[in-house]
Amino acid sequence: MTQVLDRPAELTAPSSPAERTARRKALLEWIAVHSLGVAAALFFTLPFVFVFLTSLMSDSQALSRDLVPHTWEWANYRKVFDTPGFLTWWKNTLVYAGLGTVLTVVSSVPVAYALAKFRFRGRNLTLMLVISMMMLPPQVVVIPMYLFWAKQLDLSGTLWPMIIPLAFGDAFSIFLLRQFLLTIPNEYLDAAKVDGCGDLRTLLKVVLPMARPGIAAVALFQFFAAWNDYFGPQIYASENPNAWTLSYALESFKGAHHTDWNLTMAATVLVMAPVILVFFFAQKAFVEGVTLTGVKG
Amino acid sequence: MATYTLKAKQRRSALRTLAFLSPWLIGFAVFFAYPMISTVYFSFMHYDGFKPPTWSGTKNWTYVFEHYPFFWPALRNTLWLVVIMVTLRVLFGLGIGMLITKIKTGTGVFRTLFYLPYLAPPVAATMAFAFLLNPGTGPVNSILEKIGIPAPGWFNDPDWSKPALTLMFLWGVGDLMVIFMAALLDVPKEQYEAAELDGASAWQRFRFVTLPNISPIIMFAVVTGVIAAMQSYTQPLVAGKVASGVIQGAGTMFEPGYPEHSTLTLPQLVYNLGFQRFDYGSACVVALVLFALSMAFTALLMRRRGGLIQAGD
Repeated sequence: MTQVLDRPAELTAPSSPAERTARRKALLEWIAVHSLGVAAALFFTLPFVFVFLTSLMSDSQALSRDLVPHTWEWANYRKVFDTPGFLTWWKNTLVYAGLGTVLTVVSSVPVAYALAKFRFRGRNLTLMLVISMMMLPPQVVVIPMYLFWAKQLDLSGTLWPMIIPLAFGDAFSIFLLRQFLLTIPNEYLDAAKVDGCGDLRTLLKVVLPMARPGIAAVALFQFFAAWNDYFGPQIYASENPNAWTLSYALESFKGAHHTDWNLTMAATVLVMAPVILVFFFAQKAFVEGVTLTGVKG
Repeated sequence: MATYTLKAKQRRSALRTLAFLSPWLIGFAVFFAYPMISTVYFSFMHYDGFKPPTWSGTKNWTYVFEHYPFFWPALRNTLWLVVIMVTLRVLFGLGIGMLITKIKTGTGVFRTLFYLPYLAPPVAATMAFAFLLNPGTGPVNSILEKIGIPAPGWFNDPDWSKPALTLMFLWGVGDLMVIFMAALLDVPKEQYEAAELDGASAWQRFRFVTLPNISPIIMFAVVTGVIAAMQSYTQPLVAGKVASGVIQGAGTMFEPGYPEHSTLTLPQLVYNLGFQRFDYGSACVVALVLFALSMAFTALLMRRRGGLIQAGD
């Protein structure tokens, strides 16, 4: 980000009254905008700060109205990790998010490629169906899906009913990738064809390397969709605590510890932290993904 | 000979398209078409998951619309969120988007701070807000009382639970900020300069230059916001549960939508009917209502003229 200071230049010769008012106006605007910015920053940041501070309080202090811990109980985090199941939930989340992300990318890329670059009858219809699926609440088809996984395949209490569908293309990922692939000029594909590349080779050798940022965005969104998912684990894994994921287990954590707000908030920090950490390494992919789905039609 | 090769070529190209689309086509059939037909089928059956389903005609439909005590409150709550929460979120998102384009010092830092809450996992954000807004020990009410403002009961008061949810959704407005920021930076500078030459005031510049240029993005934010609000599930559910102090364990029954159904939304009814009351038939009725509503809003998003997402090139 370039930082342009909007303050008037200070070395100009004695200026006319009109210039002085303009200068004063610019300075006042700078102050007003940045005070608003600081106020907004407080609104967006303070919840994180209070959650973190509470996570370091003692049991009794967490139930008081104090805002800052008297003693910094770093051991709270130790206690969260010692909660039976916590490491299993962590592992389950990584399996669901990691495996799900790989499957989503592998299955969505060819579909998005066809939708962006092939000309065929029914293409617009297919794209409209993809967009409709993106907008579909998971609750609409959950009853038959649950009966299918639980009664016919006996897979409830496992992560599979959440992971396997991702091997068949994910609507949001297909849409986002398609939007990204549209920005790759067709000339590259034509050149590859002239050089004798088949479709698959063109996709793997020419398109994929250029689509890396789009794939990164999709992978991140899919990873966090799984990380954040509550409904899936509630439907398919709730009966078996060994199959819980962090997001689902977090709420029952409060149950297990009654009103231990300090430990609950420590667990909350632990669920939020990876997302925020990853964001700092992959800011560009996140922001690009959001703009791609939103601004370009 | 020429026509033969042409046909062969066409067939090859069709096969190639099918091959590339196949993951999605199979997924669509197995994870949407088949369950959708089943949902319609079950909506006319009595089925508890144990005894085989039996035909019950329109009984499930009349049950949901006339006797199930949660349907109308849930629809009202959903509409409340759709109208009020979405309006506030779009206004606030636009405001924050405009603010960030005006900030000249430390833009990157501000933008990151404004964006981060959007990334907070929904359950974690809800746990955090349930704690922050806890009337007894929460820091927000502590501060409000210190400065002499009467503190509301937030998630424990039926009149305040939806505003509390809205506050939380406003906190996570970072996605809209990014979209609006991109749109605002795309407005041609010359138009502002021309308006300024004509002596337009700041409000007039906003009204006659900014707004017309970003109105498609505002519509996009409204429609996607409506679809998201209609689907809101995790946040109201978790907020209600945590605020009610229900200890969750195997087989715990809880009255959904604490306090007084005020946080009940339509998607929660599918769970309540299907997985708590084992009335799969009625759950499918609610699922179909949800389907009809979401498809109506999606159609708005994809209208042929003035649609927000165009299918064609």
